[in-house]
Amino acid sequence: MSDQFSKDQEFLLPATGTFIVLSIAAALLLNWLPWQGLWLALRPDFVALVLLYWCTHKPHRIGIGIAFIVGIFADVADSSLFGQHALSYSVLAFGGIMLHRRIQMFDVREQPLQVFPLLLASYTTFAAVHWVTGGKISWEYFLGCLTSALLWLPMSMMLQSMRRTRIDPDEL
Amino acid sequence: MDSTQSFRFFNRGPSAAARLIFFVLLSLLLLFIDARYKHLESIRNVLALPIQATQRLVTNLITQPGLLWDQFNDYLDTQGNLARENIQLRQQHTVYATQLLQLQVLQAENAHLRNLFEVSQQADFPMQMAEIVYHERDIFKRKVYVDKGSQKNVVAGQVVMDETGVIGQVTRVYPWLSEVTLITDKDHAVPIQVLRTGLRAVVFGSGNISNLALRYMPISADIQVGDELVTSGIDGTYPPGLPVAKVIQIERDPAYPFARILCSPLAGVDQQRQLMIISGLHKLPELPPAETIPAEIKGKKSRRSKQ
Repeated sequence: MSDQFSKDQEFLLPATGTFIVLSIAAALLLNWLPWQGLWLALRPDFVALVLLYWCTHKPHRIGIGIAFIVGIFADVADSSLFGQHALSYSVLAFGGIMLHRRIQMFDVREQPLQVFPLLLASYTTFAAVHWVTGGKISWEYFLGCLTSALLWLPMSMMLQSMRRTRIDPDEL
Repeated sequence: MDSTQSFRFFNRGPSAAARLIFFVLLSLLLLFIDARYKHLESIRNVLALPIQATQRLVTNLITQPGLLWDQFNDYLDTQGNLARENIQLRQQHTVYATQLLQLQVLQAENAHLRNLFEVSQQADFPMQMAEIVYHERDIFKRKVYVDKGSQKNVVAGQVVMDETGVIGQVTRVYPWLSEVTLITDKDHAVPIQVLRTGLRAVVFGSGNISNLALRYMPISADIQVGDELVTSGIDGTYPPGLPVAKVIQIERDPAYPFARILCSPLAGVDQQRQLMIISGLHKLPELPPAETIPAEIKGKKSRRSKQ
């Protein structure tokens, strides 16, 4: 199963702009659901995951600039300080672009471990801004980092399968 | 579009590190401006319109099945339940009616006394109902969004309460929404008065759902467990006499100059859905002009206050 994911990379459909935009929009909507309490702490950051997916798989199309713009949108929706999400997503995108060959080298089951430090860096950036401006950190915030890393596997498999051709290449 | 990628060997623009530095600096600049000044509020309002519309749509889609289920349950509510509730309400009504009679007498007496003392009449504060749309999705803050905004003349600084006490304060106003900071938000301050003794103080949110802290009260302060705290109205933001919190725990440790006093909010800060927005911004007389202090003393004072 896992071999299939790494082997047929060449047969993936080119990712169209609309598909990328739609996937990011869907992730934003998932983030904007009314999460509360412990669920909010456990909520994986869908936007960060989708951005990281595109940064590692299409590093020439989705870069730090787009991550920054998406971050600004997230800032407005969460009424956090302007630039807080933007900063953490920029750091994440940079990590994804620098390490995209390394991450793609690994099997899809081993990728969460590779992705985790990047997510942690982005979460830490976000919390650090809070710490500088507000003077406190709630540690349960970092739980979201773990769940995000766990969600990487199903999510990248899902996006990968959506980019695969519908028609079986062996048919003809 | 993807196929053209291979032809662009070297002109990929600035390197990733350069871009990172650019965007990090840009967001730090934005952070600084947003934290210190209010210039970005208009941009935020423009961006917020479409975002909040979609957010609300999604929230409604998720919560609608729950609402339908609630209505179905209401429909199945047995007649016995309704009858019992009816009796309870009747009893409550008689109690309230007698209390209301007393209140009218007291009000008349109060008005008379006020006239005697030539105290300006306290204005009736206009209020409007609002409903919580959703909670803040930021784990660091205690905020809610209500469904009345600048279109309904909500102004930042207005007080939000339920029928039992103060819940918070409007801190940011969008056209159709406004953001309410709860009194339990970290470091949100409410000027209060102890109802029993008239002692004035300021109560701070502790960031915890169910706790407020009364800081900087000397150990010898006359305050007991169970004391009720009401707004003092001195700041001109909160109307006077609204119940805020109740003292639940006092620690008097002689090693510290201040007593540790914990209070719990009286209002259901995290329970209500319907809230009242009160415009308590009545005109206060202007502050007398500050005395001109000689420069030396001023310098000394500011240095001391920084320590």
